[in-house]
Amino acid sequence: MSNGEEEGYSAAGEVSLIKARRTLWESVWRGLKSAPPTALFGMTVISIYLIIAIFAPLLAPHGEAEIFPMSYAPWGEDFLFGTDQLGRDVLSRLIYGAQNTIGIALATTLLAFAIGGSLGIAAAINHGGLVDNLLSRSVDILMAIPSLIFALILLSMFGATAINLILIIAVLDSTRVYRVSRAVSLNVVVMDYVEAARLRGEGVGWVMRREILPNIMPPLIVEFGLRFCFVFLTIAALSFLGVGIQPPTADWGSMVRETAGLIQFAKYDITAALTPMLPAAAIALLTVAVNFVVDWFLHKTSGLKDEH
Amino acid sequence: MHPVISTVLQRLGLGLITLFVVSIIIFSSIEFLPGDFGEAILGQAALPETVAAFRAELGLDLPLHERYFDWLGGVLTGDMGNSFSGRGSSGGTDRSRPVIELIAPRLANTLFLASMAAIISVPLALFLGVTTALYRNSIYDRVVNALTLTTISFPEFFVAYLLILFLSSFTNLFPSLANIGSDTTFWERVYLSALPALTLTLVIIAHMMRMTRAAIINLMASPYIEMANLKGVSKTQVILQHALPNAWAPIVNVIAFNLAYLVVGVVVVEVVFVYPGVGQLMVDAVTSRDVPVVQGCAIIFAATYILLNLFADIISIVTNPRLLHPR
Repeated sequence: MSNGEEEGYSAAGEVSLIKARRTLWESVWRGLKSAPPTALFGMTVISIYLIIAIFAPLLAPHGEAEIFPMSYAPWGEDFLFGTDQLGRDVLSRLIYGAQNTIGIALATTLLAFAIGGSLGIAAAINHGGLVDNLLSRSVDILMAIPSLIFALILLSMFGATAINLILIIAVLDSTRVYRVSRAVSLNVVVMDYVEAARLRGEGVGWVMRREILPNIMPPLIVEFGLRFCFVFLTIAALSFLGVGIQPPTADWGSMVRETAGLIQFAKYDITAALTPMLPAAAIALLTVAVNFVVDWFLHKTSGLKDEH
Repeated sequence: MHPVISTVLQRLGLGLITLFVVSIIIFSSIEFLPGDFGEAILGQAALPETVAAFRAELGLDLPLHERYFDWLGGVLTGDMGNSFSGRGSSGGTDRSRPVIELIAPRLANTLFLASMAAIISVPLALFLGVTTALYRNSIYDRVVNALTLTTISFPEFFVAYLLILFLSSFTNLFPSLANIGSDTTFWERVYLSALPALTLTLVIIAHMMRMTRAAIINLMASPYIEMANLKGVSKTQVILQHALPNAWAPIVNVIAFNLAYLVVGVVVVEVVFVYPGVGQLMVDAVTSRDVPVVQGCAIIFAATYILLNLFADIISIVTNPRLLHPR
């Protein structure tokens, strides 16, 4: 506020001065300082994963599907983690796998939230009406079958491609998002300001986006983390089963399956046995990290205390 | 009518409706196959007559609802049609097998594995839950909590390969492949299924143990427990005789829920250990798009899952004292 003196005192100026004192980065820093070590660990791991995923082509020493004449090469200088059954560099595939696996899981989760979130809020506005009942009953039925089994049925119908995988898992997972967003929006739709907006003549879309959505954000963010983990594990499991992401796309689930045979050589060459464990551990580490962060966020936003 | 009976009947009705709708969804999966799938199954060289006969056998020339009830009647009487695999285009010999013949022996194997996992995990989870509640905030409690939190966020195949690495590759304690045939004796079977069962145990135990612990700790704050404490009843007695009986409802509920989850967990674990069960059959059938087999496996998985969840619901209704003694 350099020109504050010329204009004299203004309440808005004073407020903006106080607001400006704490920039976005400062408030983020304040939040981070109070975070427990587990959450810090989780956030560090997630950032490293994201950096690897974004800069995969720069970081990977070899191409994603580049085939070298040596299959099952041992760990060494040329190939840090050896090569797989076709002679592809495991390290490069791990790095590209971050991009593919996290990218597909993220796209699926976002799609699931777009579907489930908007339908959930719409159902809450229509509480007790035809739309609400119809949606809720169909969701009940979709949730009555375990989603892995359902995904297997749908994949056998439509064939296993990346697009089908994203669509199928997103629709199946949107049921959980629907439940959560409907439940939390039910408390918001009865508020006076929502009523005021509707009396003002705002459309349903505007009410959903501008009045309800900002007020149900914290539980939805927590749900996003949990859903991401779940989607990520489901896709990894499907790829591991051979009906998910298809070769030659590098992905952690199918990498485990392709190199799993090496595990029996643990006695002779421990590094060979560790080759299939690397992608599996990459999946496990990311899930644990996200869980840690979600846990912290849950405690922070809800003021929830441990039971002891 | 007594409120318990009416609620239970309501749940049963809902369960049946769900099962019905689910069967329609599973049935209609054959509708979505691409138009030329007859050729895809029988091969490029299949004669048009063979393809037409194949379509007629599947009943694709009949109206939809007629086919559905035909199929449902078949499933209920144990006839799920014939598998697509083994149908040759040449010679006209049909080597395909009835789906029920493929599923039946594998279903027994899967049930064996699931019950073995349940027999290990349920008592262990209860024991860990009660003891961690008893020694709350001790080192033991913290270690068990941290371990179960970790296993809950690991993918099944990671747990499975960790177990293979340590218990099979390094030490040769257990076989890494569950090579089970029809002539395997019972104890051999137990030995061969040890690692898969252990994997499943580790995957489902966390949830049950944490629920038991939370349910007991939740009750410990109630006045009647304080009364028992003040009377000088020992801590173990308080938990076992005063807290546990009232904690049963949520615990049994979560146990049934996790047994239902075994149905899903079993798919991945069977593939890891090449265990000849329904899960592996289903995955193979999905890969080769053998729809009748996928349908057969899916209906078994879905029915088991729905029934176990229904059972959990009914248990929690029946054991709820508030419903048992209406005002």
